[in-house]
Amino acid sequence: MSRIPAAFRDAAADSRLVIAPYVALGYPDMPTSVALARAYLDSGADMLELGVPFSDPIADGPTIQRATQRALAEGATVAGCIEAAAAIRASTGAPLVLMGYANPFMKWGYEDLARDLHGAGVDGLIVPDLLPDDNDDLASACNAHGLNVISLLAPTTPSERIGRVAERGSGFLYCVSLTGVTGRRQDLQTGLTAFLQRVGEASTLPRAVGFGVSTPAHVGALCGQAEAAIMASALIDIFDAAPPSQAVSRAAAHVGAMVDAARCR
Amino acid sequence: MTTAAQAPTPDAAGYFGPWGGRYVPETLVPALEELEHAFMRLRDDQSFQGELTRLLRHYAGRPTALYEARRLQAELGGARIWLKREDLAHTGAHKINNALGQALLAVRSGKRRVIAETGAGQHGVATATVCAMFGLECVVYMGEEDVHRQALNVVRMRMLGAEVVPVTSGSQTLKDAINEALRDWVTHVETTFYLFGSATGPHPYPLIVREFQKVIGIEARAQMFEQTGNLPHTVVACVNGGSNAIGIFHPFVDDPVGLVGVEAGGTGPAETAATLEAGSPGILHGAISYLLQDEDGQIAPTHSIAAGLDYPGVGPEHAHLRDSGRAAYVSVTDEQALEALQTLARLEGIIPALESAHAVAHTMELAPTLPADASILVNLSGRGDKDMDTVVGALGAMG
Ligand SMILES: Cc1ncc(COP(=O)(O)O)c(C=O)c1O
Repeated sequence: MSRIPAAFRDAAADSRLVIAPYVALGYPDMPTSVALARAYLDSGADMLELGVPFSDPIADGPTIQRATQRALAEGATVAGCIEAAAAIRASTGAPLVLMGYANPFMKWGYEDLARDLHGAGVDGLIVPDLLPDDNDDLASACNAHGLNVISLLAPTTPSERIGRVAERGSGFLYCVSLTGVTGRRQDLQTGLTAFLQRVGEASTLPRAVGFGVSTPAHVGALCGQAEAAIMASALIDIFDAAPPSQAVSRAAAHVGAMVDAARCR
Repeated sequence: MTTAAQAPTPDAAGYFGPWGGRYVPETLVPALEELEHAFMRLRDDQSFQGELTRLLRHYAGRPTALYEARRLQAELGGARIWLKREDLAHTGAHKINNALGQALLAVRSGKRRVIAETGAGQHGVATATVCAMFGLECVVYMGEEDVHRQALNVVRMRMLGAEVVPVTSGSQTLKDAINEALRDWVTHVETTFYLFGSATGPHPYPLIVREFQKVIGIEARAQMFEQTGNLPHTVVACVNGGSNAIGIFHPFVDDPVGLVGVEAGGTGPAETAATLEAGSPGILHGAISYLLQDEDGQIAPTHSIAAGLDYPGVGPEHAHLRDSGRAAYVSVTDEQALEALQTLARLEGIIPALESAHAVAHTMELAPTLPADASILVNLSGRGDKDMDTVVGALGAMG
């Protein structure tokens, strides 16, 4: 059974947003990325997005491109990422969601992947280049193992498509906050409120906002508009800017600040 | 004419058999749907087709010649050899056919900013050219390695008013240029038309590019009848994404004619770009097709002396034609392509693009095995001016 619905119920019960930081598995190396994931949980993160690197990440901006290319250069593999997820699972009850591009998953085989992820204690999968229109094989394999396949929605998604996309997914809806690739941003995109409202009208699944969510103020601004915030590039930028001995703790402290900002009362 | 019912055509979701589809971020879905609708509407629109025909004739210089390479045939023995002279089209390659068609779509869709990827620079030059002619803003992404090896085409694009953005990520070739163009498109999708250069990518691009390139095969088929009274025995074309090949193949699909696609074999199995020969199924740049990849699903580095063949994927319609056995795919090495380029230059006074030289190289193997009354139709997809630095360098290095 996926741990995702309970995490959203618990957060809603205390008027909080679910905070879901992204960890680029294998960056700067696999043990450090696992330590980073644990530090984020210790800082109060409710859910983790675990990124599997791919050679051609078309939806990612420079920060995640660099991190994932480095992870590959350091020898990260799909097998290594599944092992890392299992290691993180061993010390937490929080939902873990794997995020990666379609090709390495297809190469692994969707049936085997669903079984292996279930075995590792992973709860869901986000594949930004696999639309619900074309993901039948993956979706049926994941359903058979109780894994959520998370649908993505974008500000460009027409209202009549939102409902169809939402129906084909489960767990939560990944609402891409902006028209663009991942990366740190000054401000949230104008029009985000209206977009999230359209999503809320079309589906009862919780809304998680990602891409560009960079600061506690951004998180605070999502109160009442969404149920979760996902942050990625901003954390990697903080990690990279810190002296190596403090990189993990600085990034984790930023997650802690986001957790504080996510208390919506 | 071929009947659309028999020719392989994508289904409503963009699949040729199991290949193709739409593997893109959600952000791009409405733009791809809009493009599909605009194309479906305009391909039956008299004024659109009239304008395209006018431009193909008076701007691009169509129909291009069909030339019998008699000295080459005398040298090789065997079949007669006919060159479809896409090198004579404006800007020097078949790429202009598709660029004109898609730019007209952009204009009709009210998009004033055009982006494109390029490998050899021929698609970039064609795009920059049509953008200049239509008064559109043009940005071309090109891998840093290709910027160096196709320097002449970079100068041409800038002269034509395009912004050329060198891409320094990954392998710094065509694959990475497409990544960067897709990132631009995701960011500027509401104002920007992505003028995609080959018969691959997400639906509807493989269909659109084929439909704009099939003018090559329609002309060549009529020209073969006119000059020989017959169909060719075999049609040969080089294949990367596969636009020049599908353009010349498609009108022959229902005929008793052999279709052979020639991929870039690089220096041999360890350094190749021959996707159908050495690849396996996978998802890249919007489509499911064959890919050169490692056992973990990471895209493998490729190599070809021809920048325009140096790509780890292939268009879904070619994957389908290969599976069904309707077309065969072979590869030739860098060395064979260089040899063919020089042979054609010396015997016929035509310097082909290194990409097209791959088709010539296979023809040189095939011709002596066929009888003298057979004809081979070769798509000479482009001219070789852009490759002179590379050729001189390679010949020097080989001694
Ligand atoms: C002259 C020429 N021929 C062939 C190609 C290969 O592309 P395609 O397989 O789409 O025809 C290129 C690509 O740059 C080219 O410039």
